[in-house]
Amino acid sequence: MPRIAVLIASAALLTVTLAAARADDTASTTIKNHVFSPSEIKVPANKRVTINVTNDDATPEEFDSHALKVEKVIPGKSKGAVRIGPLKPGRYPFVGEYHESTAKGVVIAE
Amino acid sequence: MLGALIIVFREVIEAGLIVGIVMAATRGVAGRGRWVTYGVIAGVLGATIVAFFAGAISQAFEGSGQELFNATILGIAVLMLMWHNAWMARHGREIAAEMRQIGMAVSEGAKPLTALSVVVGLAVLREGSEVVLFLYGIFASGTSGTALFVGGVLGVFAGAAFTALTYFGLVAIPNRYIFSVTSWLIALLAAGLAAQSVQFLNNAGTVTALDSTVWDTSWILSEGSLLGRLLHTLIGYTERPTELQLITYIVILALMGVLMRIARPPKRTSVHAPAE
Repeated sequence: MPRIAVLIASAALLTVTLAAARADDTASTTIKNHVFSPSEIKVPANKRVTINVTNDDATPEEFDSHALKVEKVIPGKSKGAVRIGPLKPGRYPFVGEYHESTAKGVVIAE
Repeated sequence: MLGALIIVFREVIEAGLIVGIVMAATRGVAGRGRWVTYGVIAGVLGATIVAFFAGAISQAFEGSGQELFNATILGIAVLMLMWHNAWMARHGREIAAEMRQIGMAVSEGAKPLTALSVVVGLAVLREGSEVVLFLYGIFASGTSGTALFVGGVLGVFAGAAFTALTYFGLVAIPNRYIFSVTSWLIALLAAGLAAQSVQFLNNAGTVTALDSTVWDTSWILSEGSLLGRLLHTLIGYTERPTELQLITYIVILALMGVLMRIARPPKRTSVHAPAE
């Protein structure tokens, strides 16, 4: 029994450690009517960053950026985490591939 | 309508290039048409299922499900391509010799065909699920959907025509060279897919080592341009590779070379000195 407790405790500790190690800087943006808002996302340079994307539209969207090396489908009425970086300072454009004419944005690393 | 056509066309040609190369690589192998068809059908069914469960897949593994799923699909495709190339290195010569003969042992052809069938299926599955989601979005948004939908369907046909073009371009290569050409195409393809796979692991937060960008050639050739996209699929061109992507690419390519050499049947090696 105590052995199991130790096991659980160490598992919990490991989870916490991993979670801490994975706690990136975060930013967020929302898709509504096929437009990103905010469309300019400022993030720290040279760090891993998680952008939490909320899709308020009923239709799916694909967060797509060659510059950020990301390609991720965000289903309608749901959220998705887009992990990027580390980025050198600069501007990194992204689009919603399914509605490229309106869904545009840029990540600014500084 | 044109916008929809272009989006769908872009996705379809990525799978189409792979299908075209696979078809050319198995030229002369009995029963390959059937296996490739199975692969395409399974891929389309799979794509529909994946698109249907897109939400659930995304939420799995703390929101990294989609990335891990893509990384796994690409990883399996790489393994299958390696298996195919090793098999072809061993048997390609016999097949080339017997290409014109009817009644070649089907069992001989069966092995790489399952591997390539899987590759075709996975390629169609991956790109197809994006097409299905896009078309679903058009349907779901209701109004003005018809023109877009027609555009999407035309995109599929245009992509299929491009696949045929790839295939006929490749099979125009003389018999003597076609196996070495397709083997190297498949080696480059596999290396590129492997590099994509590790980037998905990076996006998932699973493998974050060596994540610095090695170079940026987006000003010479953007990955968003048509040529950039084609080269991305064909040889794994990446405008800003990470260290891990570059290392993976080189390792897989080297591994392919070694594998093909080991698998080569040990005959007349003294006559043919290794010229490479």
